[in-house]
Parts: sequence; structure tokens; C-alpha cells
Amino acid sequence: MSDAALPRRAAGRVADETPLAKTLAIAVSLVFLGVFFLAPLVVVIAEALAKGLAGFVDAILEPDALAAIALTFTIAAIVVPLNAAFGLAAAWAIAKFDFAGKNLLTTLIDLPFSVSPVVSGLVFVLLFGAQGWFGDWLAAHHIKIVFAMPGIALATLFVTFPFVARELIPLMQSQGTAEEEAALTLGASGWKTFLTVTLPNVKWALLTGVLLCNARAMGEFGAVSVVSGHIRGVTNTIPLQVEILYNEYSIAAAFSLASLLALLALVTLGVKYAVEARAGARAG
Amino acid sequence: MSRLAVWRRPSPLPGFGLAMGVTLAYLALVVLIPLSALVIRASGLGAAKIAAIALDARVLAALRVTFGVAFAAAAIDVLFGLLIAWVLTRYRFPGRRFFDALVDLPFALPTAVAGISLATLYAPNGVFGAALARIGVRVAFTPWGILVALIFVGLPFVVRTVQPIIEELERELEEASATLGASRLQTLRRVALPQIAPALLTGMALAFARGVGEYGSVIFIAGNIAYVSEIAPLLIIVKLEEYDYDGATAIAAIMLAVSFAMLFVINATQSWSRRRLGLV
Repeated sequence: MSDAALPRRAAGRVADETPLAKTLAIAVSLVFLGVFFLAPLVVVIAEALAKGLAGFVDAILEPDALAAIALTFTIAAIVVPLNAAFGLAAAWAIAKFDFAGKNLLTTLIDLPFSVSPVVSGLVFVLLFGAQGWFGDWLAAHHIKIVFAMPGIALATLFVTFPFVARELIPLMQSQGTAEEEAALTLGASGWKTFLTVTLPNVKWALLTGVLLCNARAMGEFGAVSVVSGHIRGVTNTIPLQVEILYNEYSIAAAFSLASLLALLALVTLGVKYAVEARAGARAG
Repeated sequence: MSRLAVWRRPSPLPGFGLAMGVTLAYLALVVLIPLSALVIRASGLGAAKIAAIALDARVLAALRVTFGVAFAAAAIDVLFGLLIAWVLTRYRFPGRRFFDALVDLPFALPTAVAGISLATLYAPNGVFGAALARIGVRVAFTPWGILVALIFVGLPFVVRTVQPIIEELERELEEASATLGASRLQTLRRVALPQIAPALLTGMALAFARGVGEYGSVIFIAGNIAYVSEIAPLLIIVKLEEYDYDGATAIAAIMLAVSFAMLFVINATQSWSRRRLGLV
């Protein structure tokens, strides 16, 4: 190694790209993100307001649109608390204890992420549809699951199943069990330990998980599309209503409804990013 | 108690039984029993019937488009995802935080919203579609449209898998490589890339698996022309609408089997690559 090489390079970092390479890499990245990510977002807002603010408000207040909004909120209100409770239970078992088969259990919890949304909907048709396993029994008892609200809730439950558990498990694993053990030693009950020690430690991750779960629950399309039956004003969620409007060439109305979900996505991402930045700052 | 200890290490914390019971019961009810309905129904059809359905020209074309385009999109996501992850982690520039947050957009934006938005952009009278039409390229209502949609949904899987690895790369190794006379490109290729490669493969597998199953963001831009731009998930819905439950079940079973097999293969390559580098 020649000694002359060192002082010449020591001006910048020894191991770094040239300024030109950096600028090029940044430019290519931003153009790519601009074309694939920013442009679709801008289009949603621009098309939603294509007929002015009044057109936007009219599209939202249209009766079928309002029914779709109400159904979407109902589904989310059923699905999110159930999956949040499950996520807490699963994270407590997996993160705080050592047992055989833990990797298998974690893989099974992630399973719905590897299944196509359409297949996720199909399995419930195979179970509860007219030709399904329980089809005859349900028909005899006049219970409607598929092409009705319960089917939509079940399919959404399946699709959003891993979100909360996934946010909680790595965090609770990294936090260990020392604080809980201290609380128990000091005489707190198991529930009190969970509520006053564990829960406050994971509240931000829980919030992120709940928001991601909620965004997916409100926005799920493929699975819900299979089990919904597409009855206007009855079994159409917001995404399904968006599809119908778009296919009818009511483009501005479709984008007006879609912009509600886009707004929800932006708020979700904003909170997620703030929570992560906060966690990063605390970790140093 | 002693039997329990065989599969669980003793712990002073309470609530294992309750938490585990809730987890297993809920997992079985919501995920495992419904999925087993598909598996049992598919095995009831038998391999010969499934093969016959899969070899039907329209089904075969749909499977080919679905897996082929998902693979191409995952490969493109690997290239740009690596670059974007590197830029977001290593460089400082105005707007970096905004673009970093933007990468997660496909995780939060409903697929139907992305679908109509991409379709509007790339339609012949759309902003990108009109510009591309002038140079004779048609994206909307062709397999290229499927590619665009799948690049969109897959990118965050690559970026978010690779980013933490880049953050933890030891700069000292790169500096050592540079002082030993390697050019920057050599250092990146022979010191940095081998450490990132396993994560890159994982990201690609995740993007691929997601792309294979994707429905909402694809169907608006794809045009859904049978034999040309019809994806397998859409064909499942077409079969269901024709009350052809067997056909729908067979296609679903094939998709499930192939994506699990792919994930398994790539997971195996990944652990092999980790062993090779002595990271385990």
C-alpha cells in the first residue's frame, strides 16, 4: 500500500461513493418512487376533485355510498378488536415464553399473508356457500353467511389476521421478561402486571398494528369481492362500491370514495412513521 | 406439570395456558380450518382432475401470465429496491424522510384504489399512457399493465427487508477493503452485496408471493383478456361465477402449492447463503 494514497483520500470518507454517483442514485430512486408511488396518489386526489368540492361531497353523500361507508366501518369495528385481542394473546405466548414449535406457530400466524386474497375469500365460499360443507344446514336454518355481512367479516378477519401479532412479537421479544418478573416479585397479580407493565411498554406498536389492521380491513378488496355478492347498498364495502362506480364510468364518484381510503392510508403511514421515528430516537 | 415442562421451559410469568389456548383456538377457527376446507376439497378432486383443469388452455395461459409477470416484477423490485434502500439508508438529502415513509404506501393503500389510479394513469388518454402511446408503447390492457401493478405492490417488501441489513453493515469492512486497494465498485460488489444478498432473496420471495396472489391493483389495468392478460386469481372468480367450484378449487390449490414451494425453495437458498457466509 502506498502511503501517498491515504492523505489524498482521507479528505472524504475512505469508503464512500463519489458525489456524482450519489446524485445519480438519488435521482434514479426519486424518479422511480415518483412514477410508481407519488403519481398514483396525486391522481386519486386530482380525479376526486375533478368535479369540484361540491361533486366530491355529492359522491360521498349518495345513499349507496353512505351504505358502503357504514358497512365498511361496521366490518372494521368487528374485525379490528378481535384481531387485536388475538395479537396480544399470541405475542404474550410467543414473546414471553420458550416452547417447542414456536417457529412453526409464528409461520402459521403469518400464513394469511402468503395466501391470495381471492383464495382467502374462496375458502369461506367452500365452507358456507350453497355447494359448501355447511351450505345445506345453513340454508335449512335460514342463516346467510356468504353473500352477506358475516361472510365479509370472516374473510376480512382472515386477511387481517397477522397484522397486530406481527407488530407486537418482535418488540415484546426484545423487551424480555425482567420488568414483568419484577412486578410479580413485588406482589402484582398476573393481570395487573400485564395491564400496568406490559401494555404500556407496547402501546405504540399496538397502535401501529391496529392502524395497519384497520387500513387493510377497510380497504380489502379481493377476499371481500368473492364473498360479498355485490348487492348495492347492502353488501358493498367502500372498495367494492369504488369498483362498481369505476366500471360504470362514474370516474369522479369512484375516485371521491377512493380518496377516503387514500386519506386513511396516509394517516396510517404518518402515524406508523412517527411511532417508528420515536422508537428509533429512544433506542439512540 | 412435568409433562408440560418437556415442551415448555419453566417461567415465572403466568398466563401461558390462557394465551396459548386463545392463540391456538383462534388460529384454528379463522385460518387453519378454512384453509383445510380448500385442501380437503382439492384432494377430493384427485391429482388427475386437477391436472386436467390446469392443462386447460385458458387456465394454463392465466397461470403462465401470473407466475411469469410476478417473477419479472419481483426481479425489477430487487434492482430498484436495493438502490432505493441504499439511497434512503446511506445518503442524506431533502425529502428523504418523506420518501422513506412513501415506500410503505402499497401496505396501506387499498389495492382497488391503487388499481383504478394506475389504470387512469396508463390509459391511452392518461398522463403516462398518452406519453407512452406517442412512442408506440401500450401498457394499459396488456400484460405490461400487470407488470406495472405488481412492481408497485412488491417494492416495499424488498426495501423493508434490505434496509435494516444495510443499516447494520460495518463500514470498517468497506474501509478495510478500500485501503487494501479495491475500487468502490469492487467493495460494493464483493464486500457489501454478499452481506445483503440473503435479505435481497427474502425480499424477492415476498414480493413474488404477493404478486402471484395480487388481484385488486391488477384487474383494472390488465384489461383481463382471456389467454393474454387474464390472471389466475381473476379466473378463480370467473369460475365461481359460473358455479364451477371444482375449477376454482383446482386453480386455488395450484396457486397455493406453487407459492408455498417457491417460498420454501428461496428460504432454503437463504439459509444456505447465510451458512456460507458464516453468519449463523
